[in-house]
Amino acid sequence: MTAISPAADHAAVRDASIAVAESMAKAQLRLRHALVIGLRLAILVVFLGLWELGADYNFIDPFFFASPSGIWQQIWSWITEGTSQGPLWLQTYVTLEETFLGFVIGALGGIAAGIILGRNRLLADVFSIYIKIANSVPRVVLGSVFIIALGLGMASKVALAVVMVFFVVFANAFQGVREADRAMIANAQILGASPFQITRTVIIPSAMSWILASLHVSFGFALVGAVVGEFLGAKQGMGLLISTAQGAFNANGVFAAMVILAVMALVVEFIITRFENYVVKWRPAPFNEQGA
Amino acid sequence: MQLQPMAAGRLSQAAPPADAAIAIDDVTLRFVTPDGHMMTAIRDFTMTVARGEFACVVGPTGCGKSTTLNLVTGLLRPTTGNVRVMGNPVTDISRDIGFVFQADALFPWRSVIDNVAAGPLYRGTSKAQAYERARDWIGRVGLGRFEKHYPHQLSGGMRKRVALAQTFINQPKILLMDEPFSALDMQTRTAMQDELLGLWSEQKSSVVFVTHDLEEAVALADKVYVLTAGPGTVKSVYRIDLPRPRVMADIRYDPKFVEIAKVIWNDLREEVQLGQSRTLQTGH
Ligand SMILES: Nc1ncnc2c1ncn2[C@@H]1O[C@H](COP(=O)(O)OP(=O)(O)OP(=O)(O)O)[C@@H](O)[C@H]1O
Ligand SMILES: [Mg+2]
Repeated sequence: MTAISPAADHAAVRDASIAVAESMAKAQLRLRHALVIGLRLAILVVFLGLWELGADYNFIDPFFFASPSGIWQQIWSWITEGTSQGPLWLQTYVTLEETFLGFVIGALGGIAAGIILGRNRLLADVFSIYIKIANSVPRVVLGSVFIIALGLGMASKVALAVVMVFFVVFANAFQGVREADRAMIANAQILGASPFQITRTVIIPSAMSWILASLHVSFGFALVGAVVGEFLGAKQGMGLLISTAQGAFNANGVFAAMVILAVMALVVEFIITRFENYVVKWRPAPFNEQGA
Repeated sequence: MQLQPMAAGRLSQAAPPADAAIAIDDVTLRFVTPDGHMMTAIRDFTMTVARGEFACVVGPTGCGKSTTLNLVTGLLRPTTGNVRVMGNPVTDISRDIGFVFQADALFPWRSVIDNVAAGPLYRGTSKAQAYERARDWIGRVGLGRFEKHYPHQLSGGMRKRVALAQTFINQPKILLMDEPFSALDMQTRTAMQDELLGLWSEQKSSVVFVTHDLEEAVALADKVYVLTAGPGTVKSVYRIDLPRPRVMADIRYDPKFVEIAKVIWNDLREEVQLGQSRTLQTGH
């Protein structure tokens, strides 16, 4: 028996050809990336351009449907001259504050309730019916109740945001706790973990991906809660700005407020994604990202 | 009966001695199935493992092997009969027990060293000491360079070694292993078996090792339990008198080993066939 090994000089040639192939693959990837970004920008430009042209030539009535330049002028005047209710930053600040408070309280409450009910069969069986009922009520309607009960101040908006967030996060946390791996829990038990240690070191981490997924969605819900609350009755905030613009038949104002809200939501979404990547850095990268 | 010319002697079952590491005495366990029926998993089950003894359990799938291990941990309670560990009835999850699971049970959000240190940390050892011991064990299973890796960054064989370190760091007097190596390739498995025997003789623990691989059982064990098709009970017990220390790569060519494996296989085969025909009938 003789072993067959490749000749040594072939190895050098092979290495060189691998290097060439690698750099070509990299260039191709960069090209594709640039193409995607370029196409995205092109779509935006075409969309805004058609809208603007349509408004100029009156295919689209700018009185009802606004126009990109009108929206931009509205935003600019809010920035430079302030809104009818005070400076723009104050309006965004008020709305963000309500949203954040509602988001944090609702999320913490949802996580806590999800874990407690997820860990306790009896409580889960007893409360599940009420949670189903509460979940099927259109919760935005509660906004009116909160305004009657809590007044025009911040509390009523925070309450509405909390209600919007709580159920989403609760449902996910509960599911996450239920899906926690039996073998992993048994392993922790035998390694010597107390029930509290199991909750802290096994249940919560394994429910974390579920919880984080719900945080993405529920921040948007918190924002809806705060804005709708302001819409129904407030002294400050983006929702009030929208309802004032609506009252004055100022379509540009409504769209301008919408754009500002969208930017706020995107910024927070970015922060949540960062936080998520930090918290679940143990997770394997999806296959398509591993090489890039 | 122990003194038959060949090394595999059928043992007769006697009442367990009081000082045995594990004594399962005439245990029956029934599950309540989701539709409210009673389902007998194991019946009239008697098994004794002396201190420092290595016992293997083989039997057809679904005959109650994992159930037996769970009885020893206290995660399951017998319907009738009693289970004693180190002479005491099982009331709670004992600190003397270590369990290597059939499925992957590492914590994926913890790095290798955090996984291995989990046991001592749960049991209240100081952080510094727990990590020092974890480092020591990671070295012993040959993963020194992988301390900071997460489980998904390791190969299947490496993960199994982390699981071994995670279990051994608690220095369990009783070691339960549920088909721990069945997912590994031949070479890794042989290496792991050697490692296991090394650790076992060093720690002087008592082992119950469940496997579906009869040759693995004969190669490792002092004593092999053959179970009947479910509801499982002990069909026969064999003492394996092959000399120690054993080298896994060589032992399978030992004529004495081959002879023992053949005898036990004849015994096991009927049950496997019975188990298979039953599984087919019930349509699982
Ligand atoms: N929690 C449970 N509820 C109801 N039945 C169960 C439960 N756990 C196990 N069983 C049943 O008990 C029997 C024995 O199961 P066990 O897991 O002990 O088998 P096993 O011998 O380990 O099988 P395998 O070799 O496939 O791992 C099976 O028929 C199984 O369906
Ligand atoms: Mg099993």
